[in-house]
Amino acid sequence: MALLQHATKSKSLTTLLRPLTTTATQHRSISTETLTIETSIPYKSHIIEPPSRSVETSPSELMTYFRDMALMRRMEIASDSLYKAKLIRGFCHLYDGQEAVAVGMESAITKKDNVITAYRDHCIYLARGGSLVSAFAELMGRRDGCSRGKGGSMHFYKKDSGFYGGHGIVGAQIPLGVGLAFAQKYNKEDYVSFTMYGDGAANQGQLFEALNMAALWDLPAILVCENNHYGMGTAEWRAAKSPSYYKRGDYVPGLKVDGMDVLAVKQACKFAKEYVLKNGPLILEMDTYRYHGHSMSDPGSTYRTRDEVSGIRQERDPIERVRKLLLAHDIAAEKELKDIEKECRKEVDEAIAEAKESSMPDPSELFTNIYVKGYGTESFGADRKELRTALP
Amino acid sequence: MAASIQSLCAPSSFSTTKSIDSKRFHGRKVGLLEVRSDNRTKCGSMPVRCKTGNLVTHAVASPAAASTASSKTGHEVLLFEALREGLDEEMERDSRVCVMGEDVGHYGGSYKVTKGLAPKYGDLRVVDTPIAENSFTGMGIGAAMTGLRPVIEGMNMGFLLLAFNQISNNCGMLHYTSGGQFTIPVVIRGPGGVGRQLGAEHSQRLESYFQSIPGIQMVACSTPYNAKGLMKAAIRSENPVILFEHVLLYNLKERIPDEEYVLSLEEAEMVRPGEHVTILTYSRMRYHVMQAAKTLVNKGYDPESGMRTGGIGASLTAAINENFNDYLDAPIVCLSSQDVPTPYAGTLEEWTVVQPAQIVTAVEQLCR
Repeated sequence: MALLQHATKSKSLTTLLRPLTTTATQHRSISTETLTIETSIPYKSHIIEPPSRSVETSPSELMTYFRDMALMRRMEIASDSLYKAKLIRGFCHLYDGQEAVAVGMESAITKKDNVITAYRDHCIYLARGGSLVSAFAELMGRRDGCSRGKGGSMHFYKKDSGFYGGHGIVGAQIPLGVGLAFAQKYNKEDYVSFTMYGDGAANQGQLFEALNMAALWDLPAILVCENNHYGMGTAEWRAAKSPSYYKRGDYVPGLKVDGMDVLAVKQACKFAKEYVLKNGPLILEMDTYRYHGHSMSDPGSTYRTRDEVSGIRQERDPIERVRKLLLAHDIAAEKELKDIEKECRKEVDEAIAEAKESSMPDPSELFTNIYVKGYGTESFGADRKELRTALP
Repeated sequence: MAASIQSLCAPSSFSTTKSIDSKRFHGRKVGLLEVRSDNRTKCGSMPVRCKTGNLVTHAVASPAAASTASSKTGHEVLLFEALREGLDEEMERDSRVCVMGEDVGHYGGSYKVTKGLAPKYGDLRVVDTPIAENSFTGMGIGAAMTGLRPVIEGMNMGFLLLAFNQISNNCGMLHYTSGGQFTIPVVIRGPGGVGRQLGAEHSQRLESYFQSIPGIQMVACSTPYNAKGLMKAAIRSENPVILFEHVLLYNLKERIPDEEYVLSLEEAEMVRPGEHVTILTYSRMRYHVMQAAKTLVNKGYDPESGMRTGGIGASLTAAINENFNDYLDAPIVCLSSQDVPTPYAGTLEEWTVVQPAQIVTAVEQLCR
């Protein structure tokens, strides 16, 4: 999601208005000089030495983070409106508030590393290289969606960038993620698999079974617990005897990361990747928060107070944090950042418009992709009574 | 749940025109482009797992008649050895094939199907998993998403119930919900069925549970010849396949060809062509049916028995009734195991499954 051109364009406008200071900022926002920034909270660790709190980054990287997160935030808010307009149906689980996890993780890894997550997958799909249009089309069930309209909100996949979904059953993606790591070890690839799950799923037996196998065979699996403190409507302290999810691996080391700080996430993921390639699995607990309810059918206010939500928004919001960094280090002016947000809004609106133009899938799509083609026959008709095949 | 076999009375003229090529169902006219009736067995309009008599698929070798394999030059094997041969050949041929399961590696497999494979291929290709069916099935499916071809062994089919979520949701549906991006070429195999007084929980017949999962193929083997062929076909298939073996059949001996052969997963095997009655069955019941067939022949009937390498139960009856009502001379009779958990006592256990005598009586009644 490069946006440097946008950044420079808006900058040239401001250069006319404020000739003196902006030339410096213009250079800064695309500069790749190293900035060292301390994360706000130290890492907490379990049977491992935590990485350093000083993260190396650069102005252009920070601008990228800002833009990517602003885009994701816009997308989720737009999805909220689309859902209320009944263009998105079924379940819609929104990720706003948690953007730092997706963006920070992506910046530490390559497309050959695998990522698998549960149903709160829109932003991770975007981070992995998915396009806005295909995301919205899939949400609205159109044929140009990433899963041809047949998956829906909970089933986004992008095989060519190593994004394995998109799974509806809580916790079922954890063994799959360990399987991805198994394949990487089998094929002797030097890449890792990030298996993401939530604090609710952290109480599933499958997690511990999969952890056991990953640790037994030293698989390159990083288990990322996105702890947003609520398993749907149940607070973590009501569901888990020990809400220190990073410690629950017992013999598997763990790290607790401030999930609202994109730099802390990036550092942790980089550290994890290096560690895991040599030593076997690691658990990363991302302390994060979701502003929306569990899904669109959950108002999110019956089990937590409005004050709590707005408090987090004021103090820990990931985008605000990066904005403050950018302003403090003189990398960008307030106006540019607002312009970037406006562009994101525009981009999202255009994508929605384009997605709306896409048509619904053809009825014959009901029966495609159930089996891999190879029989040469396909069935048609609402009751599958027609079969067509090519004769040899 | 009741496993079942069925007796079908087809018009005699119908059966004579039948080719060796199995399909008990009409629609196999040569040169046809569109077939009107749905060959896939399914009641209602649920998307179907492909099992039974379907249109032609690439059968590499013809699944000819039963145990009398043509070669006198072949070698004799027991069924579990035939399975192992199939597995070994496929693992040799394709380095992506791996085996996972409990005790499959160093122990050699609880029924010796994987004996000798771990020393030959190493611990990473023949993986001894801990006792966590849900997770190692999920792990196999995850590995398959990236292109590996795991063969997941359930020590007993009943244990796969623990992995049902993974099999149903991930294995069966991922190809569909991802819009075709992922294929899941796993083979899930294991022994199941009644016999040997293993008790209720170890004698389950799970075919009826699995048949409702769209996206998977179910196959059952009954002779060493078809065991090896089906194992190879299942591994080569791009779809998830569940291969049902039967505990009592593991020690069957048969002569199988030396050269490589692969069977088709979609065709049934014609065991004995005949005129008066068509009997469809699979797995261990094949032998009961054959016994019954002998008795019937002595009594003057000419039964035709087809082995379905898949396809079962009430759904067969429903599908046949729905689509081929015109062709039936008499109503279909379905004989199945009793709907009871399998008891331990030997005599009681015998009566949970269908015995040859029952088959004979049923046929006689039908053809009156």
